[in-house]
Amino acid sequence: MDAQVATHHHESAAATYTKIAVVLFVMTALEVLAYEASHRAGWPMHGLVQPFLNEILIVLSAAKFALVAMFYMHLKSDSKIFSGLFVFPLIIATIVIVALLLLFSYLRSLHPVM
Amino acid sequence: MHPPTATGLDTRKLAIWTFIGSECLFFATLISNYLVYKGHSLVGPLPHETSQCMLHGQMTTCEPIFEIPLVTLGTAVLLFSSFFVVRALDGARAGNRTQLIRWLAATVVCGLFFVGMQVYEFTHFYHKGLGYTTNLFGSSFYTLTGFHGTHVTIGVIWLATILVLALRGKLPAEKAMNLEIAALYWHFVDVVWIVIFPVVYLMR
Repeated sequence: MDAQVATHHHESAAATYTKIAVVLFVMTALEVLAYEASHRAGWPMHGLVQPFLNEILIVLSAAKFALVAMFYMHLKSDSKIFSGLFVFPLIIATIVIVALLLLFSYLRSLHPVM
Repeated sequence: MHPPTATGLDTRKLAIWTFIGSECLFFATLISNYLVYKGHSLVGPLPHETSQCMLHGQMTTCEPIFEIPLVTLGTAVLLFSSFFVVRALDGARAGNRTQLIRWLAATVVCGLFFVGMQVYEFTHFYHKGLGYTTNLFGSSFYTLTGFHGTHVTIGVIWLATILVLALRGKLPAEKAMNLEIAALYWHFVDVVWIVIFPVVYLMR
């Protein structure tokens, strides 16, 4: 009975991993399609995608990041201590990136040659 | 069954997560560096624009340097390698040696492909006139993607070592944690690329 439960769990986990792989692949394809659509005037939805290319890429990239972290790195089911060890530095990392971009943008407004 | 530690967690797993946390900050500084200098190069070659650049001692017109189809292929291969290593870990935990070896070998092959893609890309860029000190783009691009490539190379060596152990029958189910720790590192290398790919290659 235990072996049956283990086999069922094993198969269900494999199915989830496969679905995640397909979703990740599709999202990567969407990223590249958005890039191509925004760079080629003749492409469908060129006018719609071009002004929001960066926003589209950030959302898709964040979603891919979260899927790998939650399912492949098992943060969804593992101890919350591991999630904390990963998410806390991730928040600081995001703050560092935003702060440096704002700082250099401000400094360039004062000294345009930087 | 929890390990006999104060937290009830495996200390090696705690260590690798702490390391991954510190690596988040390391790559954040490199990504910041790339973004801060993006669009401020005075000479080419440039990632997305035609530019004037120095090639073989002469000023000439350089085409945009990125080859998106090749990098997209490398990205897809790296993403699939994350899927492969998680399947290998399933095999290791279940004591299924065939599954473990098959998926782990596929992961190593994917890692080697990615490193090969990056070596080809760097060589190709160099021959198109983009050296490490050519412009701000070259310096920040090679630093960011070079450090990531080094991490991938370390991951490939780590996983290949575990593959050899598995082939020798020295990775029973009770030692699956050895692979889990390497797999966590490998997934981290993958998520870093998930950020680098759009930031460096696709964003304007």
